[in-house]
Amino acid sequence: MSLTTAHSVVVPSTTSKRIAAVLIIAYALISIVPLLWIFATSFKTPPDSIAYPPKILFQPSTEGYCNLFTTRTRQTAEYIASLPPATSFCDEVTRKRNMVIAGPSNFLPRFVNSLIIAFGSTFCAVFLGTLAAYGFSRFKVPLADDLLFFILSTRMMPPIAVAIPIYLMYRELGLSDSALGMILLYTAVNVSLAVWLLKGFIDEIPREYEEAAMIDGYTRLQAFWKVVLPQATTGIAATAIFCLIFAWNEYAFAALLTSGTAQTAPPFIPTIIGEGGQDWPAVAAGTTIFLVPILVFTILLRKQLLRGITFGAVRK
Amino acid sequence: MAEIRVENLRKEFSGFTAVQNSSFTVDDGDFFVMLGPSGCGKTTTLRMIAGLELPTSGRILLGGEDVTMKRARERDIAFVFQLFALYPHMNVRKNIGFPLLAQGMPRAEIKKQVEEVARLLRIDHILDRPVSGLAGGDRQRVALGRAIVRRPLCFLMDEPLGTLDAEFRDLMVHELRELHNRIGATTVYVTHDQLEAMSMADKIAVMNHGIIEQFGSPREIYDRPRSMYVADFMGSPPMNFLRFHSGLVRGASTVSVHGAEIVVPEIREDIAPSALALGARPEHIRLDDASRLRGEVLGAEYLGTTQIVVVRTGDGLVRARVPASDQVRTGETVGLTLSGAHLSLFDTASGRAIETALYEGARHG
Repeated sequence: MSLTTAHSVVVPSTTSKRIAAVLIIAYALISIVPLLWIFATSFKTPPDSIAYPPKILFQPSTEGYCNLFTTRTRQTAEYIASLPPATSFCDEVTRKRNMVIAGPSNFLPRFVNSLIIAFGSTFCAVFLGTLAAYGFSRFKVPLADDLLFFILSTRMMPPIAVAIPIYLMYRELGLSDSALGMILLYTAVNVSLAVWLLKGFIDEIPREYEEAAMIDGYTRLQAFWKVVLPQATTGIAATAIFCLIFAWNEYAFAALLTSGTAQTAPPFIPTIIGEGGQDWPAVAAGTTIFLVPILVFTILLRKQLLRGITFGAVRK
Repeated sequence: MAEIRVENLRKEFSGFTAVQNSSFTVDDGDFFVMLGPSGCGKTTTLRMIAGLELPTSGRILLGGEDVTMKRARERDIAFVFQLFALYPHMNVRKNIGFPLLAQGMPRAEIKKQVEEVARLLRIDHILDRPVSGLAGGDRQRVALGRAIVRRPLCFLMDEPLGTLDAEFRDLMVHELRELHNRIGATTVYVTHDQLEAMSMADKIAVMNHGIIEQFGSPREIYDRPRSMYVADFMGSPPMNFLRFHSGLVRGASTVSVHGAEIVVPEIREDIAPSALALGARPEHIRLDDASRLRGEVLGAEYLGTTQIVVVRTGDGLVRARVPASDQVRTGETVGLTLSGAHLSLFDTASGRAIETALYEGARHG
C-alpha cells in the first residue's frame, strides 16, 4: 500500500529535491559573495583593499570605519610628532598615514537623513495606501476601476522619466534639498504600490467583521481600527517593507534633488572615494552600515514579506 | 424585547429588485423564520432590519420606533452571521465582551457579564482560548454569546447553522430553540432549510423572488399552503400535484380528476374552466386497490417506519408515504386514495390556492 513511492503528484522526488537544493545553494552563493566581499573590505586597511592578487585572509582593521566617520588633514611628520600621545585607536591609525582627524564626517547626518526620509515616506505611503485601499475595497467608489488604473499607471514608466519636471517644480516650490520634499516624492511613488497591494489584502478580510463590529455598537472608523487593521497587519507589514526598500535604496532622485542638508546616504557614499585617495575600506564600511537597517527590518518581518510575495498564489 | 414591524419594505440594487413590498409583523418574543431558496431576498430583508442595508422604500419599526434610516449601531439589535464573524485576533472572552466595551462598560462588569453568558451557553471553560481553534459548535456558541451578552431588543440570525455538519446542526437547532425559550427575545432567523424552519419557528415567512408567499405558523404553512410554490417548497418529499382541467362551483365538495371522483374540502369560490392542480401531501395518500386513481409502482424508498412509494399515474408521478409494513413491488399497478379533508386545490396559472373549507379561519397575520 505504498502508492506514494511509485509516483506522487504532491511529494517531490528525492532527485528533484536535490537538484533544487543545489540550484538554490548556487544562487545563494552567487548573491552573497559580493556582499561578503564588501563586508570583508570594510575591515581591510587601504593597502590591503587594493592589493593584487586580492587578499582573502588579512589582518582585520577598523580603519575604514574610522575614516568613514571622520575627516582628516595631512600634516608634516614633525607636527604629528609634536602632538600629545594619541588617545584613541582612530587617532593612532590616522597618524600612521601622516594625517590628523579634523572633525566628524558627513556620513552620520546623511545616514540620519536616509532614516528620516525612508521611514517617513514609508509611513505616509502605507497610511494613505491603507485608507485608499479600504475605501476602494468596501465602498462603491464612482469610476473605481478607472481610478485604480490611473493609480497603477503612475508605475508604468520609470520614475526618473519625470525627473526634469520634478526638478523644476521642486525648485519653484522650495522643496529642493529638503527632507519634506524627498518624503513627498517617495510617498507619491510608493502610494500606488501600497494601494494595490493593500487592496488585495483588505479584499480578503470578510466584511462581516466590520458589520459585526458596527452592530456591536462601533462606528465604521472604530470598526476599521479595531477589527480590520489588526487583521491587515500582515499586508501592511509586507507593503511597508517593499516601500521601505525602494525609498532606502533610491539613488537617482536623491542625487538629483539633494546635495546638502537633506542628502541621503546613497548619493553620499560614492563621494567618500574622493577624499584622500581611493579609500575603499571607508566606502565598504559605509555600504555595510547602510545595509543594516533594511537587513534588520527584513529579518523582523520576513514572514510577512514572504506572504506578501506569494500573496494571491494560494487562496484560503 | 420588542415587536418588529416591517411595512412595504422594498430594496432595489442596480436594475434588480431584491425585495418587493414586504410587510409583516413579528410579535414580541416570537421566533420568526424567513425561509426561501438563495436569492429570494430573505438575507437582504434581514440586513435591512439590521441596518446593514438601507431600504429603497418602506419602513422598519423596532418596538414602535422608526429605525428605517438609523445606523446599525443605533438600533440595539444583535446579529449572528453565517460564518459567525468571530474576531480572529481576539480570544473568546474578548469576542463576547466586545459589544459591552463599545458601551463603555467598566471592565469588572464586562468580565462578570461575559462569564454569566458563557455559563448559560456552557462555554465557560474555553473563555481564554483563541477563536481560531474552536470546533464549529463552539464557534456558534461564542457567536451567540456575543449576541446575547448585550441583551438587545432582538436577535437577527443569517443561516447560522449553514456551515455546521449535520450532527452539530441537529444539536444546535435544539439548543437555539431552548435558548430562545429561556431568554424569550424576539428573533428573526433566515434559512433555506425547511426542516430547521419547521422545528424552530413560531412563525414562518416563505419567500420567493423578493415576495413573501405566505406568512404563518409552521403548521399553517405546511397544512394550508396558500400557493403552489409554498406547497412545493415545504415538505420532503414535497406536495404531489395532480393536474387537471376543470371548472369549479361554490359549495361542491368533489372534483373529477381524469374520471376519478375525488372528495375535497368544500369549495368556497366559483372558478371558470381552467388548468387546476390538486395538491396532496405524501402522507395523505394511501394505497387502496379499490380506488379508480391507479398507477404503476416505480420504486420505494425505505425510511424505517415509513416508505416513500413512487407511482406513475396518468397525471404524473405521485409520491405516497405509506407504512413500511405495506408490501409494494416495483412494476405492479396500485390504486391510490387521497384523504379528502387535507387536499388543496390550486390555479396552476397563478399558483394561487383556491378557497376551500380547509382555509377557513386561517387568515395570516
